[in-house]
Amino acid sequence: MKAACWMGAHRVVVQEVPDPKIINPRDAVVRITSTAICGSDLHLYDGYMPTMEKGDVLGHEFMGEVVEVGPGASSTLRVGDRVVVPFPIACGACLPCERDLYSLCENSNPNAAMAEKVFGFPTAGIFGYSHLTGGYAGGQAQYARVPFADIGPLKIESDLSDEQVLFLSDILPTGYMGAEMCDIEAGDVVAVWGAGAVGQFAVASAFLLGAERVIAIDRFPYRLEMARTNTGAEVINYEDTDVNQALKEMTGGRGPDACIDAVGMEAHHGTGVIQAYDRVKQAVRLETERPHALRQAITSCRNGGVVSVIGVYGGFVDKFPMGSVMNRSITIRSGQCHVQRYMRPLLERIERGEIDPTFIVTHRLGLDEAPAGYETFKHKEDDCVKMILDPSA
Amino acid sequence: MSVPHDGQAVRLAQGLGWLSIALGISQLASPKTANRLVGVQPTRVNRDLMRLVGVRELVAGIGILSRRQPSGFLWARVGGDAMDLALLGNAVASQRDTHRDTRRTGAAAAAVAAVAALDVVAARRSVATGQAPEGNTMEARTAAITINAPSETVYASWRDFEGLPTFMYHLESVQPTGDGRSHWVAKAPGGTTIEWDAEVTDDIPGERIAWRSVEGASVRNEGSVRFADAPGGQGTEVSVELAYSPPGGAVGSLVAKLFGEEPGQGGAVGSLVAKLFGEEPGQQISDDLRRFKQLVETGEIARSEGSPWGSRAKNAAHQKDAHPREDGEIRAAIDEEQGVGP
Ligand SMILES: NC(=O)c1ccc[n+]([C@@H]2O[C@H](COP(=O)([O-])OP(=O)(O)OC[C@H]3O[C@@H](n4cnc5c(N)ncnc54)[C@H](O)[C@@H]3O)[C@@H](O)[C@H]2O)c1
Ligand SMILES: [Zn+2]
Ligand SMILES: [Zn+2]
Repeated sequence: MKAACWMGAHRVVVQEVPDPKIINPRDAVVRITSTAICGSDLHLYDGYMPTMEKGDVLGHEFMGEVVEVGPGASSTLRVGDRVVVPFPIACGACLPCERDLYSLCENSNPNAAMAEKVFGFPTAGIFGYSHLTGGYAGGQAQYARVPFADIGPLKIESDLSDEQVLFLSDILPTGYMGAEMCDIEAGDVVAVWGAGAVGQFAVASAFLLGAERVIAIDRFPYRLEMARTNTGAEVINYEDTDVNQALKEMTGGRGPDACIDAVGMEAHHGTGVIQAYDRVKQAVRLETERPHALRQAITSCRNGGVVSVIGVYGGFVDKFPMGSVMNRSITIRSGQCHVQRYMRPLLERIERGEIDPTFIVTHRLGLDEAPAGYETFKHKEDDCVKMILDPSA
Repeated sequence: MSVPHDGQAVRLAQGLGWLSIALGISQLASPKTANRLVGVQPTRVNRDLMRLVGVRELVAGIGILSRRQPSGFLWARVGGDAMDLALLGNAVASQRDTHRDTRRTGAAAAAVAAVAALDVVAARRSVATGQAPEGNTMEARTAAITINAPSETVYASWRDFEGLPTFMYHLESVQPTGDGRSHWVAKAPGGTTIEWDAEVTDDIPGERIAWRSVEGASVRNEGSVRFADAPGGQGTEVSVELAYSPPGGAVGSLVAKLFGEEPGQGGAVGSLVAKLFGEEPGQQISDDLRRFKQLVETGEIARSEGSPWGSRAKNAAHQKDAHPREDGEIRAAIDEEQGVGP
């Protein structure tokens, strides 16, 4: 089959690899009908996530048709089922899984010992996302092996299109979880850093969960425009506006009640010096992140407010404003999304017409065009927000 | 702390502290060169591991220098040395085709071994002038894990000794032979085996199982596993302790550990035994317990394309690239692991 393989920083090659097969009893094999490139993949593409190996198949947002089912998964899944596959691989039986904390599954990461050394405790396996999260082949391919297929994949029985349901695999639940962690109450103002696909869904979800106002922050006018027209957000372009100051002014001097970081470890900084400082430290691995958005989200947040971190970080952060967090009673919440928890309720919202996630799709390419797709997406060229890849094209 | 200690030990300790920091910085700054220097393929994962080892060295170095009574951190260095040697052992085993690299790795191993010897001396001296290190005997290894199942279930899964080899990769078979006894066969390098008879010395359903090798066994060893209800209905806490007495005492086991990683060099019973129980102290039991938990909770051992063997710390150093494999390849990797291992 064809698969998009990571061959080093800034190098993705679509090449032939063997078709996946059942390895464990609870596995299934899915023929992929739609897959996507995520902002998380850019962290791999840019070489900032540790423990990638040359030849790893990328991709963790995919859906398709079940073509083979292991004996341990056959009670819930049949050949021919149409499924969306959640990106965290989770067993459904361990305590975190029972508590709906699927991205913390204790049984799905064969490299748990490696992750334990870096994080203190290991986390779940993830498709196509480094060897720290298991070394699983990803879904930017024509087929994928799906472990624990009896509990993970969500069956789509209605005639919704791929584009309407594909994002249940990751970014729609992620944006939703970002907003949910804010414990939004009536009258709340929520600020969202990053108007990428994840940020767009965080904005939309904050409104769904009852926010009075939502403010999106980015530097790309076309992305801010998307947030404004599709979800009714107010916007700040941080390149021409002092964000802390603007947020104060927009909230009567209080600051937003909750702040969502939907940017992550590769944040861009308007002023050269701080950008350079973090880039240098990141380059020599003295820090692994460039956390401008996170720092700003913390210092902008209202006293006693919540900072919800869904942007991905992989290691160590410098100049972390802990004094601001501590003295102002800020709550930080975060996590890789517990996708399985949100898939069904969000599918129901899509079916009821409360959310139409298709507004973020700007590009549709064949799998062969993945390398160009990564470049366009990385540089935010051609007004790109979300890339969908068709493995059959 | 104001425990008196002799100046020489302190100087040696400080020297090692600075060495740790220098090593750590060079491993962090140029993991690729560091990998080349020791003759390890500079694959991405190996490079990232080198960085991790670098961070570990930095932490140990700063710990030594900033403490007046540094023996805990010195023992951490000894542990770090063992880890490096194990990684280098893997490098030798997986690179026997290129002589130059092997020689380089050998030289690096010798250098690390020399530092290790210094570390042991420093740690010993430090201990002689201070308190004893905690939990650092080479022979007894412990690990614990919480399993989301009632203690009776977890107990029953362990008590079925014949099933132990499915998650204890160093075992080939365990056969009950009647009256509480069983015959254990473990795999050793070079396709050989080590065998012994064991007897159950304690067996309280749902609570504890203990066993030990019978009188006159070639490898004297004993083990126990305790099952206790975790608080708040979180399942069962499983605590394992394994102990063995290596031929030739502590030094024998350290030496065996240095060379036991490379198949073909074995032969001395000491090295085989260390290979069986070795790697990092406690790590093998942790790996075993992780797989045990996976089997009890999910019915299978998690396997990925990059890590088809399932949970095993030492495989971090030689991950496969994560793409699907031809039919026989995954099976072969699994068989290889449940054999002696790469
Ligand atoms: N927690 C999870 O489970 C999860 C799941 C999916 C994605 N993510 C993460 O979410 C983040 C966003 O993903 P995406 O797909 O939307 O990526 P994206 O690259 O499309 O969007 C990131 C946006 O952040 C903006 N940005 C950069 N620096 C900024 C700054 N200082 N202030 C404000 N905005 C800034 C960029 O201009 C860009 O529009 C990534 O870190 C990704 O890894 C997390
Ligand atoms: Zn994603
Ligand atoms: Zn689980």
